[in-house]
Amino acid sequence: MTRAEARNLALAAAAFALLAFLPFLKDSGYLLSVSVSIAMYTVLATSWALFSGPTHYISLATAAFYGLGAYVVAAGIGTISYPLLLVLAGIAGAVLALAVGVTTLRLSGVYFVIFTLGLAELIRQVVTWVQNNLTGSRGMYVLTEITERIIYWELLGLAALVYLVGWLVARSRLGFALRIIGNDELVAAHVGINSAAAKLILFVISGVFAAVVGAVMAPRYTYIEPSIAYSPELSFQVVIMALIGGAHRLWGPLVGVIPFALLWELIAARFPTQTVLLLGVAFLLIVYFIPHGVVGRIESALERLRRGTRRG
Amino acid sequence: MLDIQSVAKRFGGLLAVDQLSFAVRENEVLGLIGPNGSGKTTVLNLISGAFKPTAGDIYLDDRLITDRPARHIARAGVGRTFQLVRVLPSLTVLENVMAGAVFGHKRLWGREARKYAERQLERVGMAHAIGMPTAALTYIDEKRVELARALASDPRVLLLDEWLAGLNPTELQTGIALIRSLREEGRTVVLVEHVMDAIRSLCDRCVVMSGGVKIAEGTPAETLADREVIRAYLGDDDA
Amino acid sequence: MDILITGILLGATYSLIAMGLTLQYGVARIMNLANGEMLVAGAFGAFWVFTAQQASPFAAALVVVPGAFALNWLIYRYLLRPLVRRAKNRGMLEVDSILATFGMSFVLVGIMLMVFGGGYFTYSYLAEPFEIFGSPFALNRVVACLVAVAISGLLYWGLNGTRTGMALRALAVDPAAAGLVAIDVPRMSAFSFALGGAVTAAGGIVLSTFLTMDASIGVVFTMKALIIVIMGGVGDVRGAIVAALILGLAETAVASLIDPGLTLAAAYLLFILVLLLRPEGLFGRRQS
Repeated sequence: MTRAEARNLALAAAAFALLAFLPFLKDSGYLLSVSVSIAMYTVLATSWALFSGPTHYISLATAAFYGLGAYVVAAGIGTISYPLLLVLAGIAGAVLALAVGVTTLRLSGVYFVIFTLGLAELIRQVVTWVQNNLTGSRGMYVLTEITERIIYWELLGLAALVYLVGWLVARSRLGFALRIIGNDELVAAHVGINSAAAKLILFVISGVFAAVVGAVMAPRYTYIEPSIAYSPELSFQVVIMALIGGAHRLWGPLVGVIPFALLWELIAARFPTQTVLLLGVAFLLIVYFIPHGVVGRIESALERLRRGTRRG
Repeated sequence: MLDIQSVAKRFGGLLAVDQLSFAVRENEVLGLIGPNGSGKTTVLNLISGAFKPTAGDIYLDDRLITDRPARHIARAGVGRTFQLVRVLPSLTVLENVMAGAVFGHKRLWGREARKYAERQLERVGMAHAIGMPTAALTYIDEKRVELARALASDPRVLLLDEWLAGLNPTELQTGIALIRSLREEGRTVVLVEHVMDAIRSLCDRCVVMSGGVKIAEGTPAETLADREVIRAYLGDDDA
Repeated sequence: MDILITGILLGATYSLIAMGLTLQYGVARIMNLANGEMLVAGAFGAFWVFTAQQASPFAAALVVVPGAFALNWLIYRYLLRPLVRRAKNRGMLEVDSILATFGMSFVLVGIMLMVFGGGYFTYSYLAEPFEIFGSPFALNRVVACLVAVAISGLLYWGLNGTRTGMALRALAVDPAAAGLVAIDVPRMSAFSFALGGAVTAAGGIVLSTFLTMDASIGVVFTMKALIIVIMGGVGDVRGAIVAALILGLAETAVASLIDPGLTLAAAYLLFILVLLLRPEGLFGRRQS
């Protein structure tokens, strides 16, 4: 580890420690609820970018994993202890990611995108069918002692974990392999990289995170039904946030998450009926005007500045 | 070392390689020559595992590699360059070369991989470009970086696809010397090449292809004098 | 037997949707994730004509089809052309067009939610029995099937029997080579994309006569169309028709034997089989 890396790591640890005290602030109710959504989107968008950033395989299935995690908690609460449910949710996410990955990741990216596009809707149909035919109820109550404070800490912990994983991957052979794959898959194969396996590992990691986030968030809903847990907007929001920030840097998505989550609170309160339309418009603006994200913009500006000074 | 046995490759209705057989001996430089479109690059792609042959078998040290994926063939010690150079644009020059050292059959990591990659860059005469982004490279330098990447995997067999094409006379001499030195350290080289000077001075043997089939095999002097070969290159009228 | 006939009736309708997407993805090379929303928009048009104007839903085609053509042409010209120009290779265009059309799908859903609200909409048109081989089938499904077959036939003839059709088929094989033989690639791509949108909207009208829809159901139809196109082999019209029939049969079988709510699961099952066994499509050539 170099000195700069050690310094960054210490800074990050200090920032997380500081954020952990947030719920103790006076009158922190609103702040806490905003922070919960920021933390949630941070974990989702960052883990999304861990896979989609280097590989350019766009996953539109965050909601499927999130919903799966939430449903594991809803189905098991009362009979299985909550921490164990989080683990089970993670396992469920991993299994789903493996199934999707094994069928699609050895083929071109288009098949993967298509597969993920309808995945949330597919799982929604299956869950609804299981509930109608086996349990006989449409939704499920999630009644726990878990407060928003605890949810916040859990998400903060997950965020720390996702950054740690991302940092470790970036330093590893796997991270290097992914950068090569993102550049040229033919070259990757010819230097001896197993592209399908590398992609699969990252997709499973991002699937596990999304499922665990769903499980952590489940107590917040109290009543869970398929249409809540599998809303396509979630997948969409995650992609937007990761792209605004920039998916090719570990901390890129965070740059998108904070302003977007705040803006979203405002939009959802002001224009509740036009949310979908505004979301779509925001998305198009990003794709057309900042394809490499804000971080990409800043980096190219810095690069230009540096070159300018060198010349001068 | 390499044994190609009645290999064929069909693309849709086009038979690019037909019933081709030849062997590459250990520590030799073999030239694979022939007019444009005769299937030379396809043969390299079949050996390196980029394509699967439609029929026939390829052996590396008596081990069947016909149906192995490219990554296994690379790890078994086959390195290559591409006819249309493929450097990794978002990686630095050094990282490009490290790719070979990290995942090839050397599997180095960290400082070791970096140092090894630096040495390969020095060897191809690119020591000055170590920290440069690949976007700043000229076409010839890209070729050198690509060769350094192939060398970084410490290949036992090196497949070079028109690597000498486009070099000026001085560069050509350096390039020929470089390839000769590779053979001297015990590597086996298969060259697809159009530069006749290089073929004459480097190759122990040549395999000549035309229209997907082998039309001649032997020393450069023998094959280049072959009537069939001259006809393939120049057409019937001149033969 | 009932499953077979209902399946074929449904499959014939699906083949129309798949043709729309084939024109957009196979020919214009735009992976259009907003395809299903265009379909739902067409269905909305028919619904509105039927309930508000008291006219036959097929009369809506007079407005919807040219409207969809114009809208899709504008989308291609002003939103997708810049992406085609910006893309350095086909992979980049794919990523960009996926993101852009994914965004458009949300814009379209948003607009439809604003205009029509979030409820289900359905209307009763020709909901009377019609006998085939002694068993009763809903007349609206039979009519829908006939209309779909008629439009598909027209398209098939257009693609195989006219100059424009030949240009489109050349474009599907190789846009660069098509440019070399004096085909105006940008114009033909725009035309193909617009035509595909119009066909999709027409498919929406046809489907609306017997299916219940809501503003956000588009993604299901996008999925089905994509699965059909991949199963049939991208750009292969004959394959798409066969694949559409297979999907229609599979869905009908699942709907009547297990549960009508699981039709997407049937589609996914086929998709997985195709990906594992024949990713190049039913009639596609295996490539290396």
